[in-house]
Amino acid sequence: MSTAGETGTMEVMEVMDKGRMRWHCRRGLLELDLVLTRFLDKHFDALDGDSLKALQELLAYDDTDLWPIISGRKDCEKPHLRGLIELLRAP
Amino acid sequence: MNVTKRTFDAVIVGAGGAGLRAAIQLSEAGLKTAVLSKVFPTRSHTVAAQGGVAASLGNSEEDHWHWHMYDTVKGSDWLGDQDAIEFMCKKANEVVIELEHYGMPFDRLDSGKIYQRPFGGHMSNFGEKPVRRSCAAADRTGHAMLHAMYQRNVKVNTQFFVEWMALDLIRDADGTVLGVTAMEMETGEVMILQAKATLFATGGGGRIFYSSTNAFINTGDGLGMAARAGIPLEDMEFWQFHPTGVAGAGVLITEGVRGEGGILRNSSGERFMERYAPNAKDLASRDVVSRAMATEIKEGRGCGPNKDYVQLDITHLPPETIMKRLPGIHEIALQFASIDALKEPIPVVPTAHYMMGGIPTNYSGRVVAPKGGDMSVPVPGLYAAGECACASVHGANRLGTNSLLDLLVFGKSAGESMVEDIKAMPGSHRDLPKGAADASLARLSRLESQKGGASVHETRLALQRNMQDHCGVFRFKDMLEKGVANILDIEQQVAQTEIKDKSKVWNTARMEALELDNLIEVAKATMVSANARLESRGAHVRNDCADSVEFPDGRNDKEWLKHTLWTRDGNRLEYKPVHLKPLTVDSIGLKKRAY
Repeated sequence: MSTAGETGTMEVMEVMDKGRMRWHCRRGLLELDLVLTRFLDKHFDALDGDSLKALQELLAYDDTDLWPIISGRKDCEKPHLRGLIELLRAP
Repeated sequence: MNVTKRTFDAVIVGAGGAGLRAAIQLSEAGLKTAVLSKVFPTRSHTVAAQGGVAASLGNSEEDHWHWHMYDTVKGSDWLGDQDAIEFMCKKANEVVIELEHYGMPFDRLDSGKIYQRPFGGHMSNFGEKPVRRSCAAADRTGHAMLHAMYQRNVKVNTQFFVEWMALDLIRDADGTVLGVTAMEMETGEVMILQAKATLFATGGGGRIFYSSTNAFINTGDGLGMAARAGIPLEDMEFWQFHPTGVAGAGVLITEGVRGEGGILRNSSGERFMERYAPNAKDLASRDVVSRAMATEIKEGRGCGPNKDYVQLDITHLPPETIMKRLPGIHEIALQFASIDALKEPIPVVPTAHYMMGGIPTNYSGRVVAPKGGDMSVPVPGLYAAGECACASVHGANRLGTNSLLDLLVFGKSAGESMVEDIKAMPGSHRDLPKGAADASLARLSRLESQKGGASVHETRLALQRNMQDHCGVFRFKDMLEKGVANILDIEQQVAQTEIKDKSKVWNTARMEALELDNLIEVAKATMVSANARLESRGAHVRNDCADSVEFPDGRNDKEWLKHTLWTRDGNRLEYKPVHLKPLTVDSIGLKKRAY
């Protein structure tokens, strides 16, 4: 995978990463597509650096692990992701 | 414009179950194989398959591939090709055991053999009594399959192009397929991926419906590319629906909710199932319930501002029962309908789930099309497998757990055919036609420069609403005719979509516009094929083709025991015979499909 490289400023990097993250919200399970799209529409633009990092970490989960966490059937073992999960769960 | 070209022996579009299975075959044969995927392979929609994979291993009780074949033919309402069905059912044990060797963590019996569970429609001794035939890995069968096959591919050096979207097929003047054009999402760059053999394994196109269980990625990309390249689509009128998906979302509400006492109500609060099925009421079969719901909506008794759903009421059940027996339903209603199901009824609507039709293939995974009077001539260089293909093993309706089997058997079979065909070819690739990427570049350039065009979101919504209202689970003659006119209008809007974001990298707006180019082909094929088929069969049920003495369940074998072929050019329809002759056994004779 290439990055913005020498042509990129921090701003370009950020746009790229946000674009990439937006696409990573496309999942194999419809339930996650719906929850993540709702989240993107409501909160994505306002996320700070730490929240973006947390989102990136969460998006790396497998679908079959992520949906039980978001739907509240399973606890997330990483405390620093719990705030974000609450935001995702809010209907 | 100069377009970069990369050359492979084989290119596979799609990294779900079928694409990954085929890739194993090719890479193990030492061929240079590229697999393109819009998303990371283990996030393909195969991940959503929970039910299992059918194979007559007979680990728990006696079973036979011939019985599985009978169930599949019957499930297909006799529209499935019996040669392909025999091939699939016979191969089932082999592909399941291979998968086990790839590391698939199947549930096991104490003896160590693969555990098998019962599933609707799986019977022993030609429909006599239920048999345990489904092999599963807890409720994560699809997920575990993807992981096992992805790992195997990494081991055999398959080259993955992740977050790439294929744009168009490349064919030369003879019609031979020479690869695809594709876009890398990270850079927006268009490339030619040249190949001696190209496989479409792009999954279904369930996003043509407003209410669909399919993930957002299921936009029928392979079907759109095939249609634009002049290849017909087969039996597109046949779509499997679930009666109760959350309206506006598509997430399934398990049928167990009605089993526990859930009641379906219309806009006046009436328990309408009493009129359609006085005895079984809300527990009537899936088909009967779906049709009743569709009729209520069609006749103006739907709920909500658009009167486009009915309600599933569980408010009369004790909250403890709901929380204990129906875990997850409360959360689903809250998440996807924003309601508290303990206090308010859940809005539900029949929801599209699986596409039985697709790109026509034979059982070796080779794409076939009419040529010079022969209805099934292989298209050189092109293969298809999985939900995007129509072999046809599902005919007019799919038997549960045959979808995972389909992608394993025909993924492997297509892979084997590709290896065989590539090895029989001369060493060098055929020359690409001049301007091989022109069609794709023109589409992109149109999108860049479009002014005053339609919004992608609004146009897609109009398409989805048209399909849901006019070509849903129960089809009405007048609505079908109107739906055809509408979809041709919507096609004009699709040709003029406009995107505001023109950036090159990670431009999801552009991706969605390109996906809409594929959805419209799937939608037209479905709408036109459904309007033309003047009978009811399997999942295609029309109000003007009802049950009669002459045509039980509305099925008309005399005139309609044939496959539809829709071609994009002029929305042309042709028909080809069903293969009623299996490979080695006697044909399974026509009967009324009753359970």
